[in-house]
Amino acid sequence: MSVTPELPIIPKLKANAILNLLARGQRIDKRRLDEYREITIKTGYVPNAEGSAYVKLGNTQVLAGVKLEVGQPYADAPNEGVLIVNAEFIPAASPSFEPGPPDENAIELARIIDRSLREPRVIETNKLAIIPGKKVWIIWLDIYVLDHDGNLIDACMLASMTALMSTRIPAIDVNKETGEVTIKREETQGLLPISRLVTTVSVYKIGNYLVVDPNQEEEALSSARLSITVTEEGLIAGLQKAGLDHLTETEIEKAIELALNNAPKLITAIREAAKDIRAKEGINSEGG
Amino acid sequence: MSKLLVENRAMVFPGDVIAEGNNFEIATPYLKRIGNRVVATVIGLVTIEKDDRTTKLGLIPLEGCYYPKVGDLVIGIVIDIGVTSWLVDIRAPFPAVLNASDYLGKPYNPSEELSKYLNIGDVILAKIAQFDRGRDPLLTVQEKGLGKVVEGVLIEIKPSRVPRVVGRRKSMLSMLQEETRCQIVVGNNGRILLRCPDPEREAIAILAIKKIEREAHTQGLTERIKEFIIEQKIKRGLIGSGGGKGET
Amino acid sequence: MGVAAEKEKPKLIDEKGLRVDGRRPDELRPIDMEVGVLKNADGSALVKYGNTWVLAAVYGPREAVPKHMTLPDRAVLRCRYRMLSFSTHERKSPAPSRREIELSKVIREALEPAVLTELYPRTTIDIFIEVLNAHGGTRTAGVTAAALALADAGIPMRDLVAGVAVGKVDGIIVLDINENEDMYGEADMPVAAMPGLGRITLLQLNGVLTPEEFRVALKLALQGIKRIYDMQKEVLRHKYAVVEE
Repeated sequence: MSVTPELPIIPKLKANAILNLLARGQRIDKRRLDEYREITIKTGYVPNAEGSAYVKLGNTQVLAGVKLEVGQPYADAPNEGVLIVNAEFIPAASPSFEPGPPDENAIELARIIDRSLREPRVIETNKLAIIPGKKVWIIWLDIYVLDHDGNLIDACMLASMTALMSTRIPAIDVNKETGEVTIKREETQGLLPISRLVTTVSVYKIGNYLVVDPNQEEEALSSARLSITVTEEGLIAGLQKAGLDHLTETEIEKAIELALNNAPKLITAIREAAKDIRAKEGINSEGG
Repeated sequence: MSKLLVENRAMVFPGDVIAEGNNFEIATPYLKRIGNRVVATVIGLVTIEKDDRTTKLGLIPLEGCYYPKVGDLVIGIVIDIGVTSWLVDIRAPFPAVLNASDYLGKPYNPSEELSKYLNIGDVILAKIAQFDRGRDPLLTVQEKGLGKVVEGVLIEIKPSRVPRVVGRRKSMLSMLQEETRCQIVVGNNGRILLRCPDPEREAIAILAIKKIEREAHTQGLTERIKEFIIEQKIKRGLIGSGGGKGET
Repeated sequence: MGVAAEKEKPKLIDEKGLRVDGRRPDELRPIDMEVGVLKNADGSALVKYGNTWVLAAVYGPREAVPKHMTLPDRAVLRCRYRMLSFSTHERKSPAPSRREIELSKVIREALEPAVLTELYPRTTIDIFIEVLNAHGGTRTAGVTAAALALADAGIPMRDLVAGVAVGKVDGIIVLDINENEDMYGEADMPVAAMPGLGRITLLQLNGVLTPEEFRVALKLALQGIKRIYDMQKEVLRHKYAVVEE
């Protein structure tokens, strides 16, 4: 069952201060309404992962990692690799996160990222068959929220995209007789084929104002959210409205505009962060 | 510029715009001002009362749960026995509390078993003494006629239809009692208690109440119900086919 | 969509510009609605968009169990969207899937903006949505059914909420996509709104659209929603039009 959440109580004085600033086009941390916090991306953060990225967005910290395994393809796509996305809001990240299986928020986040990667065919899964119809690469993308200070979706999307960009496919041995595949993780056969970059821009409605990248206090004050997936070509590749309130058609229009304006900066940040690893593997970071 | 978009007694549905403009007094939580409009939020009948200065808009809901109000008469069923009080189901989203001291009319000695006075399943007639948003409703039986109910028949209707069973200035209820010779107590929570002289009249009274419940949204209801009762009485041989008055 | 699109994708729009089930791009499937279909529930509705059949039941406002799951200033909405095990081609496991968990949230958030929860603090309003037969657009049919069930239960709402999914198939933006169009089309965009107030309460996109296509798709969805909304009002009115003797 999905249940109306208990919203964190923001002292009225603070709420009013935030709203009064928004009315003047400002934020509590001096940003403009359409401005992101400082983004730090560390690529290849976890040595044992095939690909990984740590992202710090303001004080929000997340870690995404990719492990590759050999497995069976889906019956309806026998020659394609398989992507599986999971997200976990670990209890260390916020007093409001509890141990246990992912709740609806973590599941929603993982599914938004999954769809954002799947629909625009970000990963060229058709190049990931090992033995067509029998053995393909399974891409496990796991995302952990380490510290929650707002805008988790965008932070997790940045980390996911960068982790995938930096993922190396391990070398394998295929036994010709048995068809058995052995992974040799100490060697690599190249980078995960990526066709295009995507990012999300989540737009939050606070009072009658639309802002991007809220911190936790601003997020607690917001009544609705629209997460917009944008490709490097400026296409819309996913949408998800959430929150207790509505959006008007005009607000949606404005949100799309905010997303299209902000996406190039975020995509550049991902590209920059993955540049070294992709250059080392002899592939430019423009994509596949 | 203010304008009314429906007539008195019009049936409305959630989202229907009742009026535009701000020169209206809204006398119900079921009408909501959204921007320049007055919007219906439940299925119900609009009431419009105009006087020289204001136009007062109301809405009688046709569906919905019973929500307690201080002063309401309710018929409750004891569902739990505590140390110093009973818990009573009144068909509201909250159970009601009846304190032993209120029921007994004197300070209560906790060494006594409360079940001696009221046990689980017992029916009580009570009034809502206190209710605010923070605490469960508190009942009182400290008025004449209130307390444990030991005889009669209990029926339930939708709480939203109670106003029609009572009628304007109790017109429907008086007619029902007069025509069926039943004593009828209508709880605001949609529970109704009948004490009737014989099973035939009891059956007629119940049929009539159920008919009011079904047809609560229609007009000319009191007359139709009266005719219905007379027909039923003739059918059951309680009166001759000559007319309704002067029942013997 | 997705991987399946690679394989044996059928033609979704024919030479005459008609869809696999013969509809024009801006045409809804045959829609049928019924209110008050369950005796025990405080409110209920059965809604059919073609072969997508969804039952919704509402209980409440009622006492919250457990009690600590209440809010001091408003009612709590609890929503469960579920597909019956035999509602799909392959049997669906009765255990809640990640998709059902997400959609329960998305549907709850489509209804929250409508319900005047502030009138009933410390209570819960339960909404159960059961997909009886799935053929595309189950979440939006579920929202439409749930709004009718809420109205039937007498729960105050700012407006009814109605939903429909639009999509892009063979390059054309179409209204009320069915299962085949969902599976093989380029995009699927479920939308729900309170049409009387012009407020959008559910918006998802699964697929890729240009910003211009998105605008066209949203407009088309809102037109479809308005028509479904008129049907909702009509079916409610009908319930009170006849008085059985």
